[in-house]
This record gives sequence, structure tokens and C-alpha cells, in this order.
Amino acid sequence: MSAHHHKETFVTKYLFSFDHKMISKQFLVTGMIMGVIGVLMSLLFRLQIAWPEHSFSIIEAFLPERFQSEAGVMKPDIYLALVTIHGTIMVFFVLTAGLSGTFSNLLIPLQIGARDMASGFMNCISYWMFFISSVIMVISLFVQAGPASAGWTIYPPLSALPQAIPGSGTGMTLWLVSMAIFIAQSLIGSLNYIVTILNLRTKGMTMTRLPLTMWALFVTAIIGVVSFPVLFSAALLLIFDRSFGTSFFLSDIFIGGEVLNYQGGSPVLFEHLFWFLGHPEVYIVLLPALGLTSEIISTNSRKPIFGYRAMIGSIMAIAFLSTIVWGHHMFVSGMNPFLGSVFTFTTLLIAIPSAVKAFNYITTLWKGNLQFNPAMLFSIGLVSTFITGGLTGIVLGDSALDINVHDTYFVVAHFHLVMGVSAIYGMYAGIYHWFPKMYGRMMNKTLGYVHFWITAIAAYGVFFPMHFIGLAGLPRRYYTNTNFPLFDDLANVNQVMTVFALIGGAAQIVFLVNFFMSIYKGKVATQNPWRSNTLEWTTPVEHIHGNWPGEIPEVHRWPYDYSKVDENGEYIFGEDYIMQTVPLKAGEQES
Amino acid sequence: MLALFYFFVAVAFAIGIWQVNRLLTYRVIFKEIKDGNKIITFQNDNNPIATEKDNDIQGKFFMIFLVGFYLLMGYCLIFLHDIMLPDAASIEGENYDNLYTITFVLIGIVQFLTQALLYFFAYKYRGIKGRKATFFADSHKLELIWTTIPTVVLAVLILYGLSIWNDVTDLEGDEAILVEVYAKQFSWEARYAGRDNELGRGNVRNIEGANTMGIDMTDENAADDIPVRELHLPVGKKVVFKFRSQDVLHSAYMPHFRAQMNCVPGMVTEFGFTPKYTTEEMRQQEDVILKVASVNEARVANGEEPYEFDYLLLCNKICGPSHYNMQMKIIVESEKDYLTWLNQQKTAKELF
Repeated sequence: MSAHHHKETFVTKYLFSFDHKMISKQFLVTGMIMGVIGVLMSLLFRLQIAWPEHSFSIIEAFLPERFQSEAGVMKPDIYLALVTIHGTIMVFFVLTAGLSGTFSNLLIPLQIGARDMASGFMNCISYWMFFISSVIMVISLFVQAGPASAGWTIYPPLSALPQAIPGSGTGMTLWLVSMAIFIAQSLIGSLNYIVTILNLRTKGMTMTRLPLTMWALFVTAIIGVVSFPVLFSAALLLIFDRSFGTSFFLSDIFIGGEVLNYQGGSPVLFEHLFWFLGHPEVYIVLLPALGLTSEIISTNSRKPIFGYRAMIGSIMAIAFLSTIVWGHHMFVSGMNPFLGSVFTFTTLLIAIPSAVKAFNYITTLWKGNLQFNPAMLFSIGLVSTFITGGLTGIVLGDSALDINVHDTYFVVAHFHLVMGVSAIYGMYAGIYHWFPKMYGRMMNKTLGYVHFWITAIAAYGVFFPMHFIGLAGLPRRYYTNTNFPLFDDLANVNQVMTVFALIGGAAQIVFLVNFFMSIYKGKVATQNPWRSNTLEWTTPVEHIHGNWPGEIPEVHRWPYDYSKVDENGEYIFGEDYIMQTVPLKAGEQES
Repeated sequence: MLALFYFFVAVAFAIGIWQVNRLLTYRVIFKEIKDGNKIITFQNDNNPIATEKDNDIQGKFFMIFLVGFYLLMGYCLIFLHDIMLPDAASIEGENYDNLYTITFVLIGIVQFLTQALLYFFAYKYRGIKGRKATFFADSHKLELIWTTIPTVVLAVLILYGLSIWNDVTDLEGDEAILVEVYAKQFSWEARYAGRDNELGRGNVRNIEGANTMGIDMTDENAADDIPVRELHLPVGKKVVFKFRSQDVLHSAYMPHFRAQMNCVPGMVTEFGFTPKYTTEEMRQQEDVILKVASVNEARVANGEEPYEFDYLLLCNKICGPSHYNMQMKIIVESEKDYLTWLNQQKTAKELF
């Protein structure tokens, strides 16, 4: 491939590129645009929940008139629509495609020493299907009755019946179409990642010499292939129920003054199918973030990641367990209580590999020589939110305790910290760290610091107090809490949280500025700015098809030989890092 | 057009940030030349990689952040304590509260320790030029420790949790009062089983006129059933709830009793508990008094009527536009009062 250079046009270079580096940038920018929409939505509904039915000009500005009950006040079903689309966009479009799509595409060929993905064509198709599904999702925001509003979990019958909520009409149809395409692109992408990692590793790159990033992305792809098709089938059956009168999920419904012609179906079946993807999805979102941070923490601590094999073991354990815990979302769904016991058992087991990971990160910092680049700050932030959010999982995963906190704000706080904020931190860490590889320039450090600290303060400011309003019994997805005097004393807390959310939202502008300006104005990057060991830093700064101008590099060691010393306590090669391409020195033990 | 305005504000903010940042990257340097004159030069200090000074500052920030985070946690634990739910008002809820306390103490300890280690290490080992990091890649002993300890702790939590779960979900055996709770957009209804303590069958296809719950009147158990719009429960007696839904998923959430179960169209779900305090007794509980005081403080500030404590049944599963206002009052009273009230209600046969 490197031998011949065919002439490239704008279309083949920027639009329908088969080059994994360009495709990764396409994923990233599309994901970021979706992210802006998703975050903006969250700010709008945070305003409503903190100051119920107050008029805000920002709500007036961004919502069409028919979505407002009076100028600047959103309607109750639009509140639910915003919550729904916020969840959908953040989970799937930003943290699945935006995170995994970007970094799988960028890093897999570069870190395993391959010229490109196994199939550049499938890779291109995968991005464009993601693009189409994004466009359809955005279009669904503009339909007359409003977008899907049954929650991102789209439980039927609410999601099946336009009589139940206006968003379950055209809005829901578009949601389903968009997600079906999304799932297809995810499958195509994942298969490509798996095949590439298994088959295209360079000479010497054994599975136990792969960077942890690769392990994480590899296992993520496998989970995706195993679980996404199940959501596809759920979506398909729901489409049948909605459009062709089948009764997979619907039964005995009386709505709008009439009995509907459905019998024998069960919404609980849908819940099973949904969460069979829905729970692994948490790890599809989280594992890539953890993989990126493993690499970043090690590099910036100038130390090997602690317990490399234990980390691989944890990733695989988490992946395996993640597929047999979905029922913990359904403890109070009416499912057989014995089944609940089984799911409690498997769910709490996940805490063990997660704890191992957290302890290993902390031990990696111990006696390191920490370089606080922005990527490192976000990585440490990730470990912190991962612990805070993960611990409350022990409450929610315990069926007995879940009874009273299920579907309260306690859950919202839990998953936003453990998968939302953590994964976003991982994504930011990855962007700051690999920006030089994507654009050949460096991002601004000071703006990175400002971005991190405001975000970190805002994130805990929003989500830490949120646990407590959940413990006060406040259900999620309420348009306003004012109908329950019981919750009147939570209003202040809600307002403080919203203020933090607005600050946090504004801080993301700092990131956007830094990102887009650095593409053009950033300092030109050197080949290996972070003095890292992995293969991507052996490629030239300018992008070329095929990644390496000459031969593909050969690998002689694992990726974490940082600060390795000989018997005399001197660095073996005079530097505190040894790239994977450097052969072992005579007498050197392989780590 | 207003949207455009906000967009421009954001763009202006963005440009502002970039420009300020650019200015800050220049350092003014005064150079002395002969005759005591000085020339001013600007040096661009834009190093994109963390320097020793950056490491020092950021490391200290992590320590400050840790202190701030501890303060936030402390504040929430102390000052937000009153707003949380009072102690359980059901017998089964006592076990729930015990498990809850144990779990929160455990995760609290882990949280305080691990966050301290994380941020302290970030501060302590902030990079210094020339210092060698310790090459420490593996320790089977350490890994064994932090695999075993969580395993043991979790095993205890799992066993205790499952024993409570089994108790709570076991509704067989004892003589319980049978109540059907019926959910629909956006209100609740209920039905007592009557003299025979058996609920007559129900199906949405029987909904007609006053029979809003679709009770099947051809079922002989249905005649003495008592449909109501307000839930009264006798104190100290086990109540078993059967839940049905008319249209979409709902969730019957009774937080004070530590009780919740989804209402699923097309199927009957169940849950049960034994009320421990009457509504009056509950109003006298210390933490309820505190909670009500904190609610009323907020209500007085808004010029609203003071609030008096009542048990509630809320909907806790997204069910449509008015999901946020779907509630039913629950009154717990002495068995005598309860029977008096029940006898005043009309049976299904009398109603339809």
C-alpha cells in the first residue's frame, strides 16, 4: 500500500477516506457535535428542574414555539424528550461512537504496527452509517410532535403508543431507524477492530505485549458484537408492534377510552432484551476510557502500569460478567425474585475486578515521577469519579437495597459519575494525549488545565449532592417536584446543582476553543512529545497512507518499560523510557 | 433569532478565552542596555508539555482539590442529612435500614481512603526533574490482598443482602390483607379484597362506566371487593399488594415503607410489608419532625402553606407527560379505625 501513491481528491481524502486516521477524526468531530447538542439539552432541562416553570430566554431561544407552554417554559413532554435524547446522544453517539470509534480507529493500526485497518472500506462504511444515524437522530428533534420521549431505555408500551406521549409517534420511529443504523455501523466497526487486532499485529507484537489500550478496545469490540444485535432485535420487534400490530411487548392496554387490540405480550421481555445490551453498553463506554487512561497514567507517571496481567484479567472478567448482570436493572420489574438473587450475586462480583483496576491505578502513581500534562489530570480525575461512582454501585447492585433507590436521583448520580463523567474524562484525556498524532500539532496546556479544574469541580458539584436528593426519595424524570411538598426542601440543592452544571457547560467551550484553534494554530508537534514507548510515536508527524514510510517496525518488548534501570541503578538506555522497537540489551531481563 | 444571539455570545466568549490565553503566554522581559536604558521584549512561553513548575502547581491543586472534596462530602453528610428519608415505617424496612447503614459505612470508608491515597500520591509524587520513578510492575502479594479483601467483604454483603431480599419477597404463608393497586395515566386506584380476602379477576376489557378498574363481575370473588381512591392500612398487619396497570409501565413507590414494584400492563406483580407506625405516630418521629421542619422552612420562604407529613404512593417509572404528578395518599391507622373506614366503603356489587 505504501508503494503506490494515487492522487487524492478532496472527496477521497476528507469525505470517503479509507485511511483510519482520517476516519477517526471524522468520528471525533461528529461525536463532538453530537456532544454539544447533548450537553446543551441537559442544561435546558436542568434549568427547568431547578426553577420549575420559570421563563428562561435560553429555553425560548433553543426550543421551537410549539414545545413551549408559554414563552421560555418547556412543556412537560418536551422535558421528557430532552431527557431521552440527552441520554441517547451521550451514551451512544458521544461515548460509544465518539469515544470508541475515534480511538479504535486511530490507535489500533498505530499501536499494533499495521498499515491500516483490516478493511478500510468497511471502516469508511461504518463511519458514514454513523453519520447517517446521527443526522436522522438530529432530524427527529424537529418533527411536529417532538422527538422520542419515553426515556433512553424506550420501554414499551410508553414508547409504542403515541396516545401515551406525543413523542412516541414519528419521533420514536426516527429514533428506532437511527438506532438500527447505528447498531449496524457499530457491528461493522467492531468486527473490523477484532479482525485487525487478531491478524495484523506486527512481528514481535504478541498478545501479552499489546498496550492495555489495545486490550480494552479489543474486548470492547467483542462485547459490542455479542450484545448490540440483541438491541437490534428488540428494536425490530418494537417496530413490528408499533407498525404491524404484533403483540411482542404489548398486552391488555386501555388508553384514550378504548381497549387496544394487543394480547399476550410482555414489556418485561423488552426490558430483558434492552438491558442485555444496556448493561454491557456501560462497559462498551467505560472500558475504552479505562484503556486510554492506563496508557496515559503509565506514560505520565514514568512508571510501568502496575499489574499489567491483572489489568488484562480484570478487563476480561468485567467483560464476561457484564453480559450476565443485566437483570440488576429490573429488580422491581416484576421479575421472579429468585432471578433477582442471581443477578445480585453476579453484579456484586463485578466490584472485584473493578477494585483491582482502581488499586492498580493508584499503585501506578506511587513513587512515580508524575508529569501533569492535561491528559494526566483527566486520567486521575477518571480514577476518582470511577471510584466514587463505582462504590454506590454496591448499593444499587444489591437487590434488597435497590428497592428503595431504584429510579431515584441516586441512580442518576451513580451512573453519571461511573460511566458518564468517567468516560468523558477518558475521552478528553485521550484527545489531549493523542491530539499530536491526529493533527500534528499540540493542544494548549494552560487552557487544558483550566478546562480540567472547572470541569472537575463542576462534575462533583452536580453529581455528588445528587446522591442525597435521591436518598430523599426523589424520583428521576419528574418535570417538576413542586407537586410534592415532601421534596420542597430539595429545591435549593437542585438550584446549586444547576449552577454547577452551567459552569461545567461553559468550561467545555474552553475545550472547544482549544481543540479547534490548536488544529490550525497549535505548536507543531514533535514525533514523540510525551516520551512514550508505544508504536504510534514511531510514525512521522505528517500523516501518510500506510503509517510508516519504510518497513513496519518490529517489537521487542512490552510497552511499559518506563524508568527501567540496570543493577547500578542507571537507566538502561540512558532515558527513562524504552520504546517497544528497541531490542533487549545484552543481559537485560524482559519485564 | 434569539438562538443566533446565544450562538454569538458563545463565539465571543470563545474568542475571548483564546485571546486572553495568548496574551498570557507572553512574558514581558526587560533587558538593560548601556546608559541604563531598557528595552522591552516579549517572550513566547508557550510550551505545550508540562514543566517542573506545572507539575508543582498541578500537584498542589490536587491536594487542594482533595481538601475541597472532603469538605463537600462532609457538608453533604452532615447538612443534607435532614432532607433524606426518615427511618423505615415498616417492619421489613428495619432490616433494609440496617443493611443500608452497613453498606454506606463500608463504602464511605473505602471512598475516604482511596480518594485520599489517589490525590495524595498525585501531590507527593509530582514530577521533579532528575528524580527516578521506581520501576515497580508487579506484586502478587499486593494483588492478592486487594482481590481477597473486596471478595470477602462483598461475600458478606451479598449473603446479608440476599437474606433480606428473600424475606421481603416472600409473600406466602401468613394471613395478609390483600390490596390491589391499580395504575393508569396519571392516577392511582385501589381495591380491597373484601370479606373473602380474594380479589376478583381484573382485565382492561371489562372497563365500563363506574367499573374503571376492569373488575370481572362474573367472578364470584369480585362481588365483595371494595374499590377505593385512597389507601388506608392498619398498623402492625402485613399487607400484600397486587399491582396492575391499565396502559403503560408505572412503578408504585412507597419510599417510607422501603417498598417499590413496577405495575406492568398484562401482568400482576406483587409486594408486601407491615406498617410499623400510624400516620399520627410517624408525625411524632424525631427525624420526621426534622424533615418536616426543613420542608416548612423552604415553604415559608416561598409563602406557601405549612406541610404536614403523610405517607405517599408515587409513580416512579416514566409514564407520560404528567408522570411528575401521579400520587396517592396512604393513611396508616389503628386496626379499629381501619375497619371502620373500610366498612363505610361500598363494595363492587353495590357500586356497579
